Amino acid sequence: MMDKPLINIKNLSVGFRSLSGKIMPVLRNVDLSVHCGESIGLVGESGSGKSTLALAAMGYLKRGLQVIDGVVQFEDHSMFTLTRTDLEGVRGGKLALIPQNSGQSLTPTSKIGTQLSEALKLHSSLDATHHKQRVIELLTQVRLPDPEAIFERYPHELSGGQQQRAAIAMALAGEPEALLLDEPTTGLDVTTQAHILELLRELAADTGMAMVYVSHDLGAIARVCDRVMVMYAGEIVLEGTTSQVLKTPIHPYAHGLLASIPKLSDAHLPQALDGRPPVPGDAGAGCAFADRCALVSNVCRKERPVLHRTPNGEHVRCHHFTDIDKMNSTAARSAVLAQTDNLSKAFPILTLGGLSIRYQQKGLLDDLSARLFGAEKILIPTVDDIYLEIRRGETVGLVGESGSGKSTILKSLAGLLSPAAGQVLFDLGSTGQSAPVQLPSVVEARGHDHLRAIQLIFQNPDDSLNPRHTIAEILAQPLTLYFGLTGDALYERSVSILERVRLGAHYLNRLPSQLSGGEKQRVAIARAFAAEPDLILCDEVTSALDVSVQAAVLALLNELKHEKGTTYIFVSHDLAVVKALSDRVAVLYQGRMCELGPSDAVYSYPSHPYTEVLLGAVLEPDPDSAPKLVADDIVELSPPAKGCAFQRRCPRRLGTICDEMVPEWQQGAGQHMIRCHIPLKELITLQKDA
Amino acid sequence: MLNLFLRRLMLGIVTVVIVSIIIFLGVELLPGDACTAFLEREAQGKLLENCRNDLGLGRPAYERYLEWAVGAAQGDLGISANGQKSIADLVGHRLGNSLLLALCAMCAGIPLAIILGVVTGLWRDRSVDLVFSTSAIFAMTIPEFVSATVLILLFSVWLEWLPGIVLTPADSPASDFFPEILLPVIVLAMVMTAHILRMVRSSVIQVMESDYIQMATLKGVPYWQTVFRHALPNALLPAINVVALTIAWLLGGVVVIEVVFNYPGLGRMMIDAISDRDLPVVQAIALIVATVYVCVNLTADLMTMIANPRLRTHYLRK
Amino acid sequence: MTETNLHRHSSAFSRLSGVLSDVVSRPSGAIGLFLVIFHIVLALTSPYLVPFDYKEMNASFMLSGPTSTHWLGADHLGRDVLSRTLLGGREALLVTAIATPIAVIWGGFVGILLGLVGGRIDEVLMRIVDAFLSLPWILKMLVLIVTFGTGMFVLIPTLAFFYGIPVIRIARAATHDVVARDFISAARARGHKKMTIIRRELLPNVLDTLMVEGAMRWSWMLLAFSSLSFLGFGVSPPTPDWGLMIADARGFMSFAPVGVIAPVVALSSLIIGINLTADSLAKALGIDRAQKAPV
Repeated sequence: MMDKPLINIKNLSVGFRSLSGKIMPVLRNVDLSVHCGESIGLVGESGSGKSTLALAAMGYLKRGLQVIDGVVQFEDHSMFTLTRTDLEGVRGGKLALIPQNSGQSLTPTSKIGTQLSEALKLHSSLDATHHKQRVIELLTQVRLPDPEAIFERYPHELSGGQQQRAAIAMALAGEPEALLLDEPTTGLDVTTQAHILELLRELAADTGMAMVYVSHDLGAIARVCDRVMVMYAGEIVLEGTTSQVLKTPIHPYAHGLLASIPKLSDAHLPQALDGRPPVPGDAGAGCAFADRCALVSNVCRKERPVLHRTPNGEHVRCHHFTDIDKMNSTAARSAVLAQTDNLSKAFPILTLGGLSIRYQQKGLLDDLSARLFGAEKILIPTVDDIYLEIRRGETVGLVGESGSGKSTILKSLAGLLSPAAGQVLFDLGSTGQSAPVQLPSVVEARGHDHLRAIQLIFQNPDDSLNPRHTIAEILAQPLTLYFGLTGDALYERSVSILERVRLGAHYLNRLPSQLSGGEKQRVAIARAFAAEPDLILCDEVTSALDVSVQAAVLALLNELKHEKGTTYIFVSHDLAVVKALSDRVAVLYQGRMCELGPSDAVYSYPSHPYTEVLLGAVLEPDPDSAPKLVADDIVELSPPAKGCAFQRRCPRRLGTICDEMVPEWQQGAGQHMIRCHIPLKELITLQKDA
Repeated sequence: MLNLFLRRLMLGIVTVVIVSIIIFLGVELLPGDACTAFLEREAQGKLLENCRNDLGLGRPAYERYLEWAVGAAQGDLGISANGQKSIADLVGHRLGNSLLLALCAMCAGIPLAIILGVVTGLWRDRSVDLVFSTSAIFAMTIPEFVSATVLILLFSVWLEWLPGIVLTPADSPASDFFPEILLPVIVLAMVMTAHILRMVRSSVIQVMESDYIQMATLKGVPYWQTVFRHALPNALLPAINVVALTIAWLLGGVVVIEVVFNYPGLGRMMIDAISDRDLPVVQAIALIVATVYVCVNLTADLMTMIANPRLRTHYLRK
Repeated sequence: MTETNLHRHSSAFSRLSGVLSDVVSRPSGAIGLFLVIFHIVLALTSPYLVPFDYKEMNASFMLSGPTSTHWLGADHLGRDVLSRTLLGGREALLVTAIATPIAVIWGGFVGILLGLVGGRIDEVLMRIVDAFLSLPWILKMLVLIVTFGTGMFVLIPTLAFFYGIPVIRIARAATHDVVARDFISAARARGHKKMTIIRRELLPNVLDTLMVEGAMRWSWMLLAFSSLSFLGFGVSPPTPDWGLMIADARGFMSFAPVGVIAPVVALSSLIIGINLTADSLAKALGIDRAQKAPV
């Protein structure tokens, strides 16, 4: 017999009133119970209602939402019937929240110390004179360096990871029994994310708090949760222990979601989950997942499945969960990557020779004030010393955390940023007989052929598609510019391009705002391919998308590449995504290249210490794998003036040589290159031992 | 932060210098000069030439500009065309009176606007909001002379509560202007309140929907404490600059109000000077008004910098 | 017409009608638009509606209150107040309706250009714009009017010039916002000509802001125009004008209040109408004007 649950949500339905007056549900008949010391993960894609559910546990709904049915209980309190004063006593006290974006969730005009003291004042019996001491203790507990100084700082003076730690400290102030975490590591760099998760694990173990961890990231969930609930279109579709859900998912959606996550261990592309989830409030009478399900049958469209309890203690909302084994056999594995062997014979299409880029902009007044007040600074280039040869048909991945200069390099190749030094050679002919020519650095100086041959796809299609243009107009731009197409020819070509990215002709007269995120990115890809380019620069093209949509976009990019023999430079912060698509990978830190080589070589030892740190921090959606944290997660704002770029964070630092001298490239097996002072043989033994 | 403020100060000085050039050039380009205005119909032949020589109008424009600008910087605004009086003396009391009017309106208007802006923002789309927001649109759009006329009709013609016209001479002490100053203050404060109210309301709404207010609520901070400690400091910060710009913009409206109420301020003096084509006085007033505008904005910049921790501290301290 | 061109026109058209129906669906927008249209129709038809000649003086009715012949009474010269009120907005509407688009177009053009060009020219010109903005509008206008007279051919260019200057600032800021977005970079990287990018990518996005700005400028121009008339620097008598009528009738307020009230109501309803429309238009287009200063 289990003890009484701490958080107990029964049959909760929440909705909003649409313009026509109808109530549209965003949560439907949700049950959730969390016991003391338990850690539950809520997983789902955007719009699945997972954040709404977590906030509802605190008796809070976003503006416009209302409870349709059900009860939310925390201990003995019914959260939606409590008076405001009682609610204020519970919130932040026994039940605390760690928000998604701490940078925006900490009040910008008050100091960290003040905000933490406020929480103590509200929720602890401590005497006011001891508040400061307690705050310092809390800041130390979340392992913030120099807590005395942090106490006096404003939120904007902390890095993203530090802000998140401060938010955790604030949640701990009330000594909560249950902690709600709303995507607490989303938007953070991989190493920071891994460190924060480790901290949360330890805190949970030390204090025995219950946790509800909301995330779209199954890797993070795997690391911190005992049980997982998968949400889809406002419903719980699967509930079980973490290893049950992650290893043998018995709901088709969970199955597809897991398959769509790129993993470091995979040799193939993740498997796409076609279609898109229903718009909130738009689920029909049957199963919400029916339209995207491989096991769909008539009953699925007519009858909403109930939450079955399986013999293993799982709960699943599916008519066909017993047939889940058929999923593996029916769905074909996605195409394997291109053969690297052929590539080595191909001719280089693009050669970067010592590329260096510097951001600087000075106005009249800066000039004047610099002269008057002597504020002239020496500018260290943001990106420096990039040598890279890319062969026709090859996909080269650029990885690194924020500030690594990877997007800057792409912008410069696209001619949007003019480099400070270095040259770029580009070869238009595919035979290698034509000599590569110098690529003009600014786009305005480039000729028609160069313009057409190089296309750029941006991270966020909301920003890269003009909101005032229809899809037809968007596609017409490259087609008219490069091929002079008009009239019927233009129409036909537009339709055929749209079909290649699996959108129908009926999309032509829609505006981007009428499309989903994945569809918009397909249009952006279609626009790039419309130019029939030789080289496509992909700048974090899947970062703004949900995992299942990301897999579909990756599959599309891979398919188009095989069809057209296009060369890609693929930039991403996600190591697994880069691995899924790339033949070769370059690792960047602070605008300097650390390592370059075939993907398999880069993703195994020996590695540059920075690559080692990055790989160690990757979270796999597997409860049995643990990250290896070998360095701290300091955020550096600018590269060092001399020496190795990674000197300040390096776990394998040798000494002053790292500060003084830029290391030489060392050649390993194949084309594998590492830029480190430590000899490769030594590196490999060090890393194998660790 | 000091650096930032010095930058703004420099910008302000540059603006004043450019204004002075515009004013000087503007007056230069107009047909006629101080002498044609002073001599009127007799402005011809020898008499005109003598006058121009006396005033040094024959010298090149840049020399006269420098002389004027340097003089103005030292507080010497030259002499008026008719009457031959020192402009600094003429302007002194008038400027004081106009500032009195503006200060009274600000003291009444700004606190009222902030309170109403916060109230309408917190209770948005409720009846309080609808009433005040709609009134604000009325108050800010109806021309000052119209609202002034309506108020005079109401309070001084029909109700006979307040005097509808100012009869106190320009050089009287400030206390003598009461209660005559009340109606002009009310008119000016009304327009000012309306503009600032709308701004504060919109800012409050935006802040109340921010993540940090949601966080404060979920931290268990009582509602009013959330409003006062977390929302208002952030909502009112951007208001400072807009308030300054609004006040500066209203300087044009002050002119009309002074004429309607016969208030002996700088605005009425300006209208008179323009009608009389007393160009030196017009130049002087224009320069004063522009300087006041720049100073108001500078003050706002300084206040924002002091109040906003983002501007006060460096982005990331190492 | 080709298929894609068809789409272009239909999208622009459907957007415009969508915005319009959004404006009308708001109570304030519906009222505002009604007032504006009412005033425009009135200005076009009033010469055929008025019961009396606006110049005709009738000493026996001087300053009379409302009577059966003169429904709103007569002014201090015995002229029919109703007729003069009906006619009193024509000049103001005509002048401002011509000056507003000119102001928005030239200010918008310069602002977009500065926003695109940037650099030193931009910095220097913006200082000059700031300097102009630091002078009260009434001073700038009066100096020109006193020198060159009060005819329409002075008023229109003067209003258009001075009210275009703040538009420069707005258009420049809007341009900066749009230029920072990726679709502009995308168009640049594709290698479109500068003019094509401006016309096709930038303008449609800046135009929303300029449209709202135009509506606001219109109301402020009317305010300026009637203030000038009120001060005696606008239209010259005996042409009927609300500002002038208010100024004339003020002296006789205590015994003939209708003479003031009629033009006050007429002028206020027009300006409020324009503002309500502008406000709803801004909301429909998703532009928040409330947080900007009225410069």
